[in-house]
Amino acid sequence: MKRQAYNMFDASTIPDDLSPIATKLTPMLPGDWRSMRPVVDRAKCVKCAVCWLYCPVQCVVERPAWFDFNLKTCKGCGICATECPQRAITMYEEAA
Amino acid sequence: MSAILKPKSKLIVCDGNEAAAWAVSLANVDMVAVYPITPQSSLVEYLAKFIADGRLGAELVDVEGEHSVLSVLQGACLAGARTYTASCGPGLAFMFEPYMRTPGLRLPLVMTIVTRDTLTPQSVWGGHQDAMSVREVGWIHMYCESVQEVLDTTIMAYKVAEHHDVMLPVNVNHDGNYLSFGAARCELPEQSDVSAFLGEKNVNWHVALDPQRPMAVDPLTGGAGGPGPSTFVRYRKGQCSGTQNALKVITEVHEQWGRCFGRYHAPLIESYRMDGAEYAIMTIGSMTGAAKDAVDEARERGDKVGLVKVKTYRPFPVQALAGALADVKAVGVVDRSVSFGWNCGPLFQDTIAAMYYTPRRIPAMSFIGGLAGADLTVGHFERVIRRTAELARDGQPAETVWLNEKD
Repeated sequence: MKRQAYNMFDASTIPDDLSPIATKLTPMLPGDWRSMRPVVDRAKCVKCAVCWLYCPVQCVVERPAWFDFNLKTCKGCGICATECPQRAITMYEEAA
Repeated sequence: MSAILKPKSKLIVCDGNEAAAWAVSLANVDMVAVYPITPQSSLVEYLAKFIADGRLGAELVDVEGEHSVLSVLQGACLAGARTYTASCGPGLAFMFEPYMRTPGLRLPLVMTIVTRDTLTPQSVWGGHQDAMSVREVGWIHMYCESVQEVLDTTIMAYKVAEHHDVMLPVNVNHDGNYLSFGAARCELPEQSDVSAFLGEKNVNWHVALDPQRPMAVDPLTGGAGGPGPSTFVRYRKGQCSGTQNALKVITEVHEQWGRCFGRYHAPLIESYRMDGAEYAIMTIGSMTGAAKDAVDEARERGDKVGLVKVKTYRPFPVQALAGALADVKAVGVVDRSVSFGWNCGPLFQDTIAAMYYTPRRIPAMSFIGGLAGADLTVGHFERVIRRTAELARDGQPAETVWLNEKD
C-alpha cells in the first residue's frame, strides 16, 4: 500500500451505518493460517522455475542458486511440491 | 378529459409489462440485465426492443441465469449505473443469494416482480407467493393495482430507492396474468418531465467500485471476541432505519408525483369508503378493483363496509394501518398467497400484528383466493363482506376461508 495512485476513500464523509466498507486495509496474510510449509532441498533445485509458474499466490522468490518461498503469503497448498520435476520440495507440518 | 390530463401526456393502450418497460425507458436506466421467465418474459422483450430501437440508451446484458442478473447489476450499481431487472417465481428463487446481499449493500436497484405462484404444484400462473416468500429480506415492496400504477410506481421507485435517507433496493410488484397481460388505458408522461422529477442520479456516493475512491466493499466482519459483531449490528440497525425512513419518503414521493403529473396514488395504504365503516375488508394488488365494486354494491344495500388496500407492504405501514382500522368492529383480510406456518395469508398475519397498536382487540379473519391465476370476482368479495359482517356481529373468528376452493 506504499504506492497508490489515489488516496483511500474518506469514509468520514458518509454515515457509518450504510454499506459495509473498509478504508483501512489490514490484509489477512495466508501465512497466519498455513498448516503445511514447503521446504526446498537446495542440492536438488535446478532453478527450472516450475514452482514459480504454478504457485497460485506467487510467493516463490528467486535466490542466487535456488528458489525460495515468502512464508508470509504462502498458504501451504503444496502445488509446488507436487509439480517440482526434481522432487526438491517437501511439505512439512507447521509446529502447533 | 382535457381538464384532467396534463397537455403533454400521451395516451397509449398497453399491458402492465409494457407499462413497466415504458417506465424503465423514461427513467433513463443505464444497465438492464435480464433472464426471461413467464409471466415476465414480454416485459424484457419490450425492453430489448426499446434498446434495439434506440429509445433507451441502456446496456442490455443477456446473462445465463437470474443469479448472474443480480450480480451483474450489483457491480453496475457500484460503478454508478441506474439499474433494472424483472423476474418472478423460480427465477426469483434462483436469484436469492445476491437478492439477500443487495439491501445490506444499500444498492438502490429497482426490480419488478411479475408475481407468480410458487412451485409446487406446477403452475406458471399468477399469485403473490413468490414476492411474499422474500418479504423479510430487506427490499422495499410495493404492490400495484392498475396498469397506470405500474408505470407511475416504477418511475417513483427510483426516487425512493435513491433517496439518501433510504438507499435500498425496491421491488415493484404487479400481478402475473391480470396486470402483466391485461391491457388498459395508460397515460405516458413526457420524457423531460420524468427526467426533471427524478433529477440527477447518484447511486454510489456511499459505496463504489471506483479507482479514484479506493475502498474495500463488504469486507468480512470479525467474529465473537472482537469488534466484529458490534460492527455488524451497526450496519443492521442502519439498514432498519433506512427501511423505516422509506415510509416517509414513499409518501413524499407519491405526493410529488401527484403535483407533477396530476395522478395521486395512495402511497402506503388506501382507505376506500372507510368513512363510518363498521367493518372493513383488506386487499393487496390487482384484486382491489373487484373488491371496490363489491364494497360499492354493499354500501348501496346499506351495509357499512369499507376497504383498506395495502400498497407498500415492506416496510409495513403499521401506524397508518392501525389508524385506519382503529374504529371498525371486524376485519376480513384477503390474501393471494399463503403463510404456511400460520395457516393463513401473510397480509392477515401482518394486519393482526399491526392491530396490536389499536386500543381494542379487533376480530379478524383470513381469506385466501386467487391462487394459481384464479379470478377473484365481485362475487367472491361479496362472500368476504358477508362473512366479515357476521364476524362484526358475533366477534367469533373462524378458520381461514379458501375462496376459490369450490369454483
